[in-house]
Amino acid sequence: MYAHSVELDVSKCTGCTTCLKHCPTEAIRIRDGHAVINEERCIDCGECIRVCSSNAKKAMCSKFEHYQHYKWKIALPAPSLYGQFDNLEDVDTVLQGLLDIGFDDVFEVAQAAEFVTEYTRLYLKTQGIKKPVISSACPVVVRLISLRYPYLRDNLMPILPPIEIAAMMARKKAKEEHPELKDEDIGLFFISPCAAKVSYIRNGFGNYKSKIDVVISLKDIYFKLLGVMKRGDTPNVSSKAGMIGIGWASSGGESSAILNDNYLAADGIENVNKVLDAIENGNIPQLEFVELNACTGGCVGGVMTIENPFIARTRLQSVRRYLPVSLNRLPADMHYVPENCYCSELPTYTPISRLSENFSESMRMMAQIQEIRGTLPGIDCGACGSPTCRAFAEDIVRGNVADITQCKVLDRS
Amino acid sequence: MSESLTFHYNVDGEDFTSAGQASVQVKKNLRRLGIPPEIIRQVSIAMYEGEINMVIHAGGGDADVIVSEDKIEIILADHGPGIADIDLAMQEGYSTAPDSVRSLGFGAGMGLPNMKRYTDEMTIDSTVGVGTTIRMVVKLQ
Repeated sequence: MYAHSVELDVSKCTGCTTCLKHCPTEAIRIRDGHAVINEERCIDCGECIRVCSSNAKKAMCSKFEHYQHYKWKIALPAPSLYGQFDNLEDVDTVLQGLLDIGFDDVFEVAQAAEFVTEYTRLYLKTQGIKKPVISSACPVVVRLISLRYPYLRDNLMPILPPIEIAAMMARKKAKEEHPELKDEDIGLFFISPCAAKVSYIRNGFGNYKSKIDVVISLKDIYFKLLGVMKRGDTPNVSSKAGMIGIGWASSGGESSAILNDNYLAADGIENVNKVLDAIENGNIPQLEFVELNACTGGCVGGVMTIENPFIARTRLQSVRRYLPVSLNRLPADMHYVPENCYCSELPTYTPISRLSENFSESMRMMAQIQEIRGTLPGIDCGACGSPTCRAFAEDIVRGNVADITQCKVLDRS
Repeated sequence: MSESLTFHYNVDGEDFTSAGQASVQVKKNLRRLGIPPEIIRQVSIAMYEGEINMVIHAGGGDADVIVSEDKIEIILADHGPGIADIDLAMQEGYSTAPDSVRSLGFGAGMGLPNMKRYTDEMTIDSTVGVGTTIRMVVKLQ
């Protein structure tokens, strides 16, 4: 079973239909006056957290305070963190802040992202790979493909995302600099902008298990940082990421860095679905690379960020302006992606929407759904607790709802 | 099992931007029936190309997808201008699409050839000035 990270506080949920209507995979139902998430269908996109007006939904994250038993705590900030601060002149200030709030070291995910950019350029030159190559950095997209677009599974880039490369490099660095540390002494803390990365870290990628130990919400760290960053001390650390690495925080940053014009970048879950449909139908010609981000604006649009994604993006532009293009290059004689940066197995296809394992039974159920659907008002009001009249008809046929009398509109007539 | 299921879609010829919608809906329904992904893709591509053709050339039309035990049938019917020379229309790269459509990246003359390529059977019944009906079959076994 896929472990999710979207949590519902039943006492706060009013049973309104807002999340029901916004869920892109129709994974939510309202039952007994509150929302219920179908875990098989949930892709952890965080839309329901974003739209909930009662704050009843949140992403499950760990608290930094609860993991003090690690002797050597390393912060792995996502580059989207840098876009949260007003008038940030130097990324170093944020990194120093992380040390000041109690981390022993910092390893920027943006630094690892620059290596992933280099690996991507190499991977695109590989003979016989399926094009367009689809970025596997956004875990929502990876899960969406494994649930809905089985044909595109082989288009996913089989290279580990920046957070994993960062985790490997950070651990290696810690052990080199502090040979006295044992493996269990080192704690790798990813500072995440979104719920999906929390789930990804708990579930892994195919058969690959994440090397991150703890995930903390960017929101949580932000308020702690504000306190220490105000002091304006001169930082003792310096950022090791350039324009490219930090660019990964917003949509288009990853793809524009591959130095190939035949790319497409789309963001926002609806647009992601449209692009995947178009690729599956083969009607986007001659693309080399596709970057997809479930959140509007890219990672800066994650549900655990503070600032509006467009403002964050603008801030990142000014932070990036005078940075070198990239600070992390592969040696000139390196023409292959290291073996440990590949994930050997891609996520498997799970046909979640299938009505029954038996085809005849599915046909019978579908005929029933069509029949019931025909008698419903068709206004998709959501009052019955299902997102659409069609979904309601399916819920009746699947036996998830008692019967058609649950329809509030038919009741009245 | 002798029963079959029909999914009917109205392809709106007025709105070019909505072209391709029926293909997305078909895909969803075939997934619910547990049809293998490869077959879904074949049907979806054939359907998409047909839909685009109906919007570009015929001002829309009707699409029916009939699923039975051993096959999926796609019937696309329109009341457009009809196809004068079917053999010519079937040639790759031949197109009568207007420039306005080509500028959007359509009208490359691959629609009908792709529909044939992705289906097991295809018949075109067309009368100039009356309309066109295309019937395609994708076998399930």
